[in-house]
Amino acid sequence: MKKTAMLLLSLALVLCPLFALAQETISVYNWGDYIEPEVLTLFEQETGIKVIYETFETNEDMYAKIAMGGSSYDVIIPSDYMIQRMIQENLLQKINWENIPNVANIDPRFMNESYDPNSEYSVPYTWGTMGILYNTEMVDEAPTSWNTLMDPTYTMDMLMLNSPRDTLAIALVMTGHDLNSTDPADLEDAKNLLIEQKPMVLAYVVDEVKDKMIAGEAAVALVWSGDATFCMSESDELDYVIPEEGSNIFFDSICIPANARNVSGAEKFIDFLCRGDIAAMNYEYVGYAIPNTAAIDIIGADEYNASPVNNPPQEVLDKCQVFNYLGDETKLYDQIWTEIISEF
Amino acid sequence: MKKLRKAYIALIMAFLYAPIVLLILYSFNDSKSRANWGGFTLRWYKELFSDAAIMSALGTTLSIGVLAAVISTILGTVGAIALYQMKRAPRKVLLSVVNLPMLNSEVVTGVSLMLLYAMANIQLGYLTLLLSHVAFCVPYVVLSVMPKLRQLDPNLAEAAQDLGATPMQGFFKVILPDLMPGVFSGFIMALTMSIDDFVVSFFTTGSGVSNLSITIYTMAKRGISPKINALSTLIFACVFVLLVGLNLRDFRKDGRSQNKLNEVKIPY
Repeated sequence: MKKTAMLLLSLALVLCPLFALAQETISVYNWGDYIEPEVLTLFEQETGIKVIYETFETNEDMYAKIAMGGSSYDVIIPSDYMIQRMIQENLLQKINWENIPNVANIDPRFMNESYDPNSEYSVPYTWGTMGILYNTEMVDEAPTSWNTLMDPTYTMDMLMLNSPRDTLAIALVMTGHDLNSTDPADLEDAKNLLIEQKPMVLAYVVDEVKDKMIAGEAAVALVWSGDATFCMSESDELDYVIPEEGSNIFFDSICIPANARNVSGAEKFIDFLCRGDIAAMNYEYVGYAIPNTAAIDIIGADEYNASPVNNPPQEVLDKCQVFNYLGDETKLYDQIWTEIISEF
Repeated sequence: MKKLRKAYIALIMAFLYAPIVLLILYSFNDSKSRANWGGFTLRWYKELFSDAAIMSALGTTLSIGVLAAVISTILGTVGAIALYQMKRAPRKVLLSVVNLPMLNSEVVTGVSLMLLYAMANIQLGYLTLLLSHVAFCVPYVVLSVMPKLRQLDPNLAEAAQDLGATPMQGFFKVILPDLMPGVFSGFIMALTMSIDDFVVSFFTTGSGVSNLSITIYTMAKRGISPKINALSTLIFACVFVLLVGLNLRDFRKDGRSQNKLNEVKIPY
């Protein structure tokens, strides 16, 4: 009996080191359908690090899981305002850029944005804007200004976004205010504008805007650029423009959470994603505008810049602002939105 | 009057099934958008089977569904019998506690379970997902079995023992067969709730384990690919065949004459 016990114990001790040989892994948390699956396979082949990949639907869901310490992830890809919030709450760690040489591929125009002023915590993955998607057959002339959305000729021919933050932001721009404003007077102006516009709006939609515009049910629509790219690929009649007054620009950026277990693996993965050929592969799959200049060279600048989504004029881009994290002021926006929606 | 009744039923059926019919139709559409009909194609089905993420999510959903349903059926049935034997006051209290997961908002259940696992230092993954599913499925089983218990002849258990059965034999050969309809419907309820669940699963899973609901919901930002339509069509076809099979079996078992006896005539 004693001999068997000793034998088993020594066997266990000998086998213990085998656990250390278990494959290195990193945990990645990203939006759904937001990476070319081949990229993960290639990373595993090149580095031998296994990628445990999970997806989330909204920034708030991701924040809930991370803030409450439910899971630890090594790489996450949230949106701008959420990164701002997470930096304030010390949920992210600074990235050691020396371990990520490929960050040089990122267009400097898109670094040091307001949500991460010295680009210490994040590197952009994709970016996009809000603008007007219009049907070239159904409009008299191509829109250039947000005032097209107040034009009575498009009565019952325009679609607006059913999203408090986004639509109010555009209304703030149209009334000459800062799109991150929480000043009740500014928001009152925005509210009155949207109430004035309401009888002309065909519908307030979110996802349905794509199918409706492709089917030609409306002439103009307020959309995000990602949806615009999809619509334009399905219909030759559609085109996209960012109005000259400026708009919202958004970023989905790659970060490392403060409680990441495998920081070196995370850095290798971020470096991999910033590689020109990998970012180009991702662009082919996801379709959103990318901040990676090396990738754009590989795709071909002409082909990439042919889309109005990817290559807006620099003057317009300069007038585009990133959303700030509003914190408790979000309630103010929701309140105003409820007043607009319930208006008859 | 009969025509009106038939028309009304047809309308209700159309209302219920029109979305599903459209869903199936668009799974054969050779275009990503619902606005264009691009032609008949089977490519979404081909892409579905080569999509590793969706296939693994499907496997997780089915395995968690069956396991959670089995475990919660056993726990629920045993629990219901225990509850039935209790005195009035403790039974009412415990029944309310058992019903809590059903009454609570799913977000509340999900987040509190996540906090529980974090406190107990359990790594989120397949095990936590399974435990959470069992947790919210048990109330449905208890609720299905309790009415059947009330319908039981209270003397059955004693009669069985009188005739020489051990308590275990009495339970398995006498009580359980009588409870079977309730147990079975509880199992089906638990299976359905588990397969359908998103919120609780989202907050209590980790380590790369994802079920179908999570995979589909998180595609929302980018738009749902017709691959999901293909998957839904296949699931619908399986469930449909299963239901038709079960009902045909019942039909043949009862025989037509018995059906006529139970039929209540409504005189219009």
